Amino acid sequence: MTNMKRRTFLKGSVAAGAVGAAMGAGLLTPRIVLAAWPTAAFEAKSVDSALDALAGSHALEGSDKISIRAPDIAENGAVVPVSISSDIPGIESMSIIAEKNANPLTASFTLGKGAEGFVSTRIKMGKTSSVIAVVKAGGKLYSTGKEVKVTIGGCGG
Amino acid sequence: MNISRREFLQMLAVASASGISLSACESDKTSAASGGIKSSATPTSPYEIPVFGNVSLLHYTDCHAQLLPIYFREPSINLGVGPMKDKPPHLVGNAFLNHYGVQPGSREAHAFTYLNYVEAAKQLGKVGGFAHLSTLVKKVRAQRPGSLLLDGGDTWQGSGTSLWTNAQDMVDAQKLLGVDVMTSHWEMTFGADRVMEIVKNDFKDRIDFVAQNIVDNEWGEQVFPPYVIKDINGVPTAIIGQAFPYTPIANPRFMVPDWSFGIRDDRMQQMVDEARGKGAKVVIVLSHNGMDVDLKMASRVTGIDAIMGGHTHDAVPRPVEVKNAGGVTLVTNAGSNSKFLAVLDLDVSNGKVRDYRYHLLPVFSNLLEADAEMASYIDKVRAPYKDKLSEKLAVTDEVLYRRGNFNGTFDQLICDALMDVQGAALSFSPGFRWGVSVMPGEAITMDHVMTQTAITYPTVTLNNMSGTRIKQILEDVADNLFNKDPYYQQGGDMVRVGGLKYTIDPAAEIGSRITDMELDGKPLSATKEYPVAGWASVQQPLDGRPVWDVVAEYLRDKKTISNIELNQPALKGVAGNLGLPN
Repeated sequence: MTNMKRRTFLKGSVAAGAVGAAMGAGLLTPRIVLAAWPTAAFEAKSVDSALDALAGSHALEGSDKISIRAPDIAENGAVVPVSISSDIPGIESMSIIAEKNANPLTASFTLGKGAEGFVSTRIKMGKTSSVIAVVKAGGKLYSTGKEVKVTIGGCGG
Repeated sequence: MNISRREFLQMLAVASASGISLSACESDKTSAASGGIKSSATPTSPYEIPVFGNVSLLHYTDCHAQLLPIYFREPSINLGVGPMKDKPPHLVGNAFLNHYGVQPGSREAHAFTYLNYVEAAKQLGKVGGFAHLSTLVKKVRAQRPGSLLLDGGDTWQGSGTSLWTNAQDMVDAQKLLGVDVMTSHWEMTFGADRVMEIVKNDFKDRIDFVAQNIVDNEWGEQVFPPYVIKDINGVPTAIIGQAFPYTPIANPRFMVPDWSFGIRDDRMQQMVDEARGKGAKVVIVLSHNGMDVDLKMASRVTGIDAIMGGHTHDAVPRPVEVKNAGGVTLVTNAGSNSKFLAVLDLDVSNGKVRDYRYHLLPVFSNLLEADAEMASYIDKVRAPYKDKLSEKLAVTDEVLYRRGNFNGTFDQLICDALMDVQGAALSFSPGFRWGVSVMPGEAITMDHVMTQTAITYPTVTLNNMSGTRIKQILEDVADNLFNKDPYYQQGGDMVRVGGLKYTIDPAAEIGSRITDMELDGKPLSATKEYPVAGWASVQQPLDGRPVWDVVAEYLRDKKTISNIELNQPALKGVAGNLGLPN
């Protein structure tokens, strides 16, 4: 049972949470942290061109060493929780792509040496789409994906 | 499988044998007048089920607040597509009888199928009702000390009294019935605060409300206990709750703004492992997934002995044994409207389930005495609303029902009423699966109308929609029903449409299922805006007329309902499907 005091605390910390979400969605972190904000990658209109701009290649190798966690049907397309984890050694970056979004690249995280291969964020999706996790390690791109459905709702049960 | 099948056939043999002997030795009026349906006056025979094993679980689900006995016609269309085609629960009519070895014309055939519905219902009478269910529960539990009664949810919604008492009538009825554990779906449409109030006060130390897949939006913390471990005759038994995964999508998000749902089968696996780690020797999932989702979940998650499910209202007489990496998981679904009580008996020894027996007992109200205490409670709780509910609005010449993938006669009435009263050429009514049947010659009462419409967001709407938008909506709902991957289904049926003709190819992909949309013999224009009447919008709270007012006005005006023109889409690509009338 959720602790009510905790819940009250949460209500008071919405602002902090919003900043967290903005960082998670890739709005703040890369600008601050990265020397070069990959404008071309985030503005690209296709998966291939986004990856080319981000990583210099769009050659993806399917991998069962990446797991992606996202709802089968989004409760709210504006904030779809997505987590990816991977135990591929030597991860350099982890990125999340919503294939059917106007700008498919939704988030990219650069990992420091020895960092655990796990990121979690919320992405915005306009319509049903494959969500692809891309892990860069040893200069190569590995990926896995799952479909997240965005629906009108209603009429159940 | 063989054993439970044999057991099931034995039960049928006992039931039909008693029917024969009774009509031979006493004057059985109904049987003499009938086309051979075996109906007995004694309440005992169909409900004497042999005791088995040492752990017993009783289960009912989706009663939709039906405290009184009702008529309920099972669907004549329940299509399965992709890997679900022609498999339980997507079997109707004779295909259902053949699959389960149910004798045509028997009591069970009437309980489980739509075949010969009106004639059989006239002879066998109403089904369900909490007073009759209570008698059956007591009877079965008396032979099974220590057993648990599980309520799969959709209990608080579906009647005028449940709506107007803010679910209190059902909460007190659950306590009187002796429910031990429950999970949820429509319960949430009373709002998160009301749910919490009931769980913390009314249910305290009485009923465990469990749901592993409801978490706080912000941090992903459990909102309710995911499971409870109960001692049944010395065997620690875990009951894990699985609430309806798509509550904030299928129902209004604003009712539960802070909670996230979803299937979460990875978390389910963790909960199973955790419960086993704490010593549970039996793990049961009390589910409101819908049966197709239950079947997929059973194939992916290991260590569950049985998923006892609901939501899709499928009355399935025999468990499906699903193989997975850890062994076999039974999947059961127990119908709706307090029409059935499921009994799962497990033989557990040396820490493992060795064998089982399963019975899905139809609750024939004429074969079970009403429990006096429950009957008097129901009288009392209905009393303040009795005059309003018993108003006779019109008389129907035809059977009214809702169930079926595409339309039902009661839904057609609602669509007609919406168009008539709202002045629209087109109407939409949600494909709900609850709502009782009304027999030809019966008066349609306000009580009946409320069983079809009693929700907390009942406002009627009138919106202009382009042909493109209308197609989008039909495609979206069709995909929620016919997606080949059950995890992408929401349950429910196709939205009912008044005025609009269309063709549907259920096995096609989203975007190409719906074709040939026509209004008044003319193709629907992609760009033209059409006024569309509807109700049950999930977007935001609306002020306005509740749908039951509109339907009641229409019925009072009509006085007699006859020759209902059932607007059903033309079907493509499903010829021979065993989910079609056969």
